[in-house]
Amino acid sequence: MSSATPVTVEIGQPAPDFTLHSTPDQTVSLSELRGRPVVLVFYPADWSPVCGDQVSLYNELLAEFRAYNSEIIGISVDGVWCHAAFAGDRKLHFPLLADFEPKGDVARRYGVYEASGGTSQRALFVIDADGIVRWRYVSPIGINPGADGILDALDKLPRKQGSSS
Amino acid sequence: MSHLTPAVGPADHVQGPRDAGIVLVEYGDFECPYCGEAYPELKALQQAMGDALCFVFRHFPLTNAHPHAERAAEFAEAATTIGRFWEMHDLLYENQEALDDRSLVGYAAQLGFDKALIESTLRGDFAERVRHDFTGGVRSGVNGTPCLFINGQRYDGPRDADSLIELFRRQD
Repeated sequence: MSSATPVTVEIGQPAPDFTLHSTPDQTVSLSELRGRPVVLVFYPADWSPVCGDQVSLYNELLAEFRAYNSEIIGISVDGVWCHAAFAGDRKLHFPLLADFEPKGDVARRYGVYEASGGTSQRALFVIDADGIVRWRYVSPIGINPGADGILDALDKLPRKQGSSS
Repeated sequence: MSHLTPAVGPADHVQGPRDAGIVLVEYGDFECPYCGEAYPELKALQQAMGDALCFVFRHFPLTNAHPHAERAAEFAEAATTIGRFWEMHDLLYENQEALDDRSLVGYAAQLGFDKALIESTLRGDFAERVRHDFTGGVRSGVNGTPCLFINGQRYDGPRDADSLIELFRRQD
């Protein structure tokens, strides 16, 4: 275990900005998404062996997330080619970002890096349209947290005028 | 988190007494292999528990992963209108390998669907009812399939009949 002070991202504080690759030639920055709520999904690894896994579940719920005009983003320490293969296999329709170099840097900045396993924890953040963290949840690593907490958190965000597309 | 949000109600598909001490809700997908594995286990569980258990099935088709799951769920809903939901439920789980439209129409004919009901099902007339279950499941914290709720609380433990019987006996 690292002796460094654990970083925590507090509710009501600005979410740390980042820029990560979503594909070999494209990047996504959190700050580009300002104006819409963002659901950040840190998960340990691509290719989880269960069919009802977390990212596949969220993939089925994109209409639900869109109803809040929100953007959902997955983040793991896997590289872009791994993400591309995984997203293709599972027919995912939302971006997976590669927290690959320096490995786990963004997860560390959100206080959800698990050094012993070398992956992020299974952690969810809901960030409002102004980039403020409004909700966070860290699930036991073996338990898929589902989506009820995310949707409840999105429900509690103030509805911005004209925000529903 | 993860508490069954739409309580078990009159619109649900139920086997066993609604006032049983244990109410087990399954959110399931007819094409999901893990649901297929759970199917005989839950049957054995029902047999062992008798009237002490109320079993409820709700739809949670994962349509990207399982291209036939949604349509299969709609056929099960359509079967409800002629009082044969559970027979369709069982047929679908016993024939998970053959859930294409042609096969579904075959099961429907076997259970006594008339032509109009088959057409109505293929038009998607039962899609909204399936969606209703799905949305309720999302709100309840369904995290994959099958997902079980025991007396309203999500259950993430082993799903074999013996483990569940043991759990329920301990709760008595």
